[in-house]
Amino acid sequence: MTEPNPVILVIEDEVQMRRFLRASLSSNGYQVVETHTAEAGLTQAAARAPDLVLLDLGLPDQDGLVVTQRLREWAKTPIIVISARGREEDKIQALDAGADDYLTKPFGVGELLARIRVALRNAARGELGSSQFSVGALKVDLGRRQVLVNGQEVHLTPIEYKLLATLVKHAGRVITHRQLLKEVWGPNSAEQTQYLRVYMGQLRHKLEQNPSRPQFLTTEPGVGYRLRVQE
Amino acid sequence: MTDRPNPDELLRRVVAAEAREKRGKLTVFFGAAPGVGKTYAMLEVARAEMEREKRDVVLGIVETHGRYETGAQLLGLELLPRRKLHYRGVDVEELDLDAALKRRPQLLLVDELAHTNAEGSRHPKRWQDVEELLDAGIDVFTTMNVQHVESLNDVVAKVTGVRVRETVPDSVLANAHEIKLVDLPPDDLLERLRDGKVYVPAQAQRAIENFFKKGNLIALRELALRHTAERVDAQMREYRQAQGIEQTWAVTEQLLVAVSPSPHSARLIRAARRMAASLHARWYAVYVERPSARQLPKAMEAQLSQNLRLAEQLGAEVVTLSGNNATDEILRFAHERNITKLIVGKPVVGGLLNRFRVSLVDQIVRQSRDIDVYVTAGDADDDTKREPEKTEPAPVHLPSVVAAVSVSAFSTGVTLLLFGRDQLPDVVMIYLLGIMLVASRFRLGASALTAALSVAAFDFFFVPPYLTFAIADFRHATTFIVMFVVAVVISGLTQRIRNEAATARERELRTATLYELSRELAGAQDTQTVVQAAAHHIENVFRSQVTVFTPAPGGGVLGAYATRGPSEASERELSIAQWVWSNQREAGLGTGTLPGGTTLYVPLLASGGAVGVLGLTPDDAQRFDQLEQRRRVDAFAAQMALAIERATLADETSKARREIEAEQLRNSLLSSVSHDLRTPLAVITGSTSTLLESGPGITDATRQDLLKTVLEEAEHLNRLIRNLLDMTRLESGAVKVRKEWIPLEELVGAALNRVDSRLTGRELHVDLPRSLPLVPCDPVLIEQTLINLLENAAKYSTGPIDVTAAARGAEVVVAVADRGPGIAPGQELRIFDKFQRAGREGNPEGVGLGLTICRAIVTAHGGRIWAQNRADGGASFQFALPIDGEAPALPLSEPSDVAQEQRA
Repeated sequence: MTEPNPVILVIEDEVQMRRFLRASLSSNGYQVVETHTAEAGLTQAAARAPDLVLLDLGLPDQDGLVVTQRLREWAKTPIIVISARGREEDKIQALDAGADDYLTKPFGVGELLARIRVALRNAARGELGSSQFSVGALKVDLGRRQVLVNGQEVHLTPIEYKLLATLVKHAGRVITHRQLLKEVWGPNSAEQTQYLRVYMGQLRHKLEQNPSRPQFLTTEPGVGYRLRVQE
Repeated sequence: MTDRPNPDELLRRVVAAEAREKRGKLTVFFGAAPGVGKTYAMLEVARAEMEREKRDVVLGIVETHGRYETGAQLLGLELLPRRKLHYRGVDVEELDLDAALKRRPQLLLVDELAHTNAEGSRHPKRWQDVEELLDAGIDVFTTMNVQHVESLNDVVAKVTGVRVRETVPDSVLANAHEIKLVDLPPDDLLERLRDGKVYVPAQAQRAIENFFKKGNLIALRELALRHTAERVDAQMREYRQAQGIEQTWAVTEQLLVAVSPSPHSARLIRAARRMAASLHARWYAVYVERPSARQLPKAMEAQLSQNLRLAEQLGAEVVTLSGNNATDEILRFAHERNITKLIVGKPVVGGLLNRFRVSLVDQIVRQSRDIDVYVTAGDADDDTKREPEKTEPAPVHLPSVVAAVSVSAFSTGVTLLLFGRDQLPDVVMIYLLGIMLVASRFRLGASALTAALSVAAFDFFFVPPYLTFAIADFRHATTFIVMFVVAVVISGLTQRIRNEAATARERELRTATLYELSRELAGAQDTQTVVQAAAHHIENVFRSQVTVFTPAPGGGVLGAYATRGPSEASERELSIAQWVWSNQREAGLGTGTLPGGTTLYVPLLASGGAVGVLGLTPDDAQRFDQLEQRRRVDAFAAQMALAIERATLADETSKARREIEAEQLRNSLLSSVSHDLRTPLAVITGSTSTLLESGPGITDATRQDLLKTVLEEAEHLNRLIRNLLDMTRLESGAVKVRKEWIPLEELVGAALNRVDSRLTGRELHVDLPRSLPLVPCDPVLIEQTLINLLENAAKYSTGPIDVTAAARGAEVVVAVADRGPGIAPGQELRIFDKFQRAGREGNPEGVGLGLTICRAIVTAHGGRIWAQNRADGGASFQFALPIDGEAPALPLSEPSDVAQEQRA
């Protein structure tokens, strides 16, 4: 790799957790910057311009949600929230506030690294604006508005296509119901989750081999959906 | 014979001593007549108490205030303000009981114990005020003359010719801590009277002159001295008994006095009381109720009630027996209770009939065996002019007359037709039959009339000379007499049978209503239901408005339930109920306390003390004048109190049981959780310490193995904690079901994804028809349910797992089935309980909360969950979710193919 190692800012107040993150991240080629308060985190984010932020929600001085909001005021740095709070409301709040992904403690290092890779890739692609996407048997060409499964073209309705295109744009990340509804149906339909669920079901039936055990179009219960990406 | 105090007696003494301890002490300054210096003596002693013992002494009231109060003030006594009343146009001043209770001095001086309070006071008599003060723990000094002693009332009246209205029950004196005799020789008293040193109210001047005769004074002095001596004697005896000193007599005497509805009985009762007091005997006042004479005239009923109440006041145990033969009943009772002395009134001999009748006294004397019988003169109270009992002429009962006439006529007709004038015995028989028929249906008058008419008809039609009332043969007169006597005897007998039947019916009704109440109450489980059921029942039986007061949480009582009228009790009602509650005595209508009201308040006394107060406002204010009715009220109140106590105890028991159950649950949770948390922790600790300390000797394979174990155990721990948290959240109600319309497929898909790692290598069949409707449910919770069921299936079986769903009517039924060992019979319901595990001890998974969580979630959705064994092996866990409401419409048609559209 000619590029310098990506810098990851860890904002986490628990020593043991920081130790584990430092060990696993630096052994995987990331540079780790550690802070244990929200204020220090924001300062570091401004000073070091990290490539990614790992943010704990339960910080001693301020809630991680606030950090997300304040960071989003001036930076597009991907944020992955790590928290012991398992409630769906917390996840949705964090995602709606601008976090890119969410991991509930405890998690395995494999999962963490996968999420980090997705977030970094998305950030990079955002700049480049790639129009090709493929995972498993599914191929989506946004430029040509073409959807292929096993090389066969699949016909989608306009809404189904719009839904898939939105998922592709955020591939690998959780998108909340709210965000999807806003993007596909417009800002007035943010609460009509049953539309979303029905179209999602239709999409699965058209794209998935086994729609009741989806491989790409996965559900994040109570939060939203995620289009899985190739590891 | 030595007589150690028997256990009952000892207990009585201990109880009495305890009561004495808490109660205030009553000291009575006792004198033979007004003017002997009682009040003066009282003030003297009080001053000494105050100065020497430094006691807190307050002067409550002194009758002769003009003379004493100034003196008392000079002595430095605090004066309690009097209560001013305006009664019948006169300003009256009374002892302010509430102020005294509030002031709570150590010692209160209350003059003239026998005083009658003005109407509107709490108690009609001052001695009742004093009782309450004593109950409140205040010592009282009071004064009293011998003529006011209830049991001496007759004697004093006899001696002096003046009957004193104001009397004090002997029990008050008997319970007094000390009686101080204030004695003054008659000559000195007379001199003081002449010198004007005796306070005499102006209006009583004449009466007083008659009263203060030397003879009277000597007799009164003797009475006072004797009464005091008797008391000293009693004290000495009690002391000896307490010390176990040999008694001079062995057997405890028990007295019985037979009470009748006559005014003479009052005297009899007083005599019995005197005798009982001098013998220190327990005594009974017994009345025998005759079923055959059940309806006493109103006046007699009232007199009887008065007599029995007097006996009760004087300390007798009042017993009402029932039976036709008074002698038998009294003697049976006497033998049962080991009565030693029986007191009966001397019959008033009058009338010819009484001379032939064997009197009650004769019978008793003849049959009393070893009981001493005392026959006491039964002359009336001096002032009770015995009014000749006017038996009101019974109104002519028309049906009786009609029956008498028609039966006689019918008998005559029948006999004339059947027998003619030859078979006179048969004729007589037919007439007798008619008389008997009338007697069996109507009262004595009717049968007598029938007899008379029959005799007349017989004479007229059958006795020669025919069709005249003349009698040719004198033998026929005998027939007339026999017919008449037979008629009377028969009707007397039938009348008696009827009366007995009526009494039996009435008694049965009484028992039945009481039984009905107890049955009704037996079904009531909690206090509130008991109170309501009992209140309504009592309302119906006594035709009264019923209010039940129950203890308020912070002490005191509150009007908990009223059958009619406002449910909020007024301040006044509450304060009376409060009084009844704390004194455990009845009050209000017809009682000794606040008799002016329209409501009778009865404490609900159970074994553990008062459980409430019953308020009865009868529609007919006279209802409770009858002793019988009052007794019934008491019986009902007792029944109700027991039921309330039972319900309260039941409440407490079930509460305690719930606590124990919760405790057990906590314990099993703790043991289960500590076991299930520690096992994975032990594995993690062991594995990691091995990795840390084993150095380079460990093979890579072992290292990998250990690390994998650590990871697995950590995941296991995570699941455990998640389950515990979920359960806690569900139980605490923190979880709200947020229903959304969701395709089941999405939930199944999400659940399968979550348990993916645990299903590797397992055959999985998912069958969800495309026609399945959207289901309104909370996606997170139902997904959790599915996850738990899937994990369960993975845990307890190795074969394939089937997930199916089907719409059935207005619900969707989801099934997760396995091919494992199935569920042990009888466990289908239990496995949903907390900490129930199908597996062996040390099961690798869970604390047995998974299914409990499922049940909680499904129930919260208004659904059902159950488990059953599959016909071809394995277990199937199913849950049904209701589809209530209508799924929101979806925007229908849209261009179906975007790509075609694009390219077109």
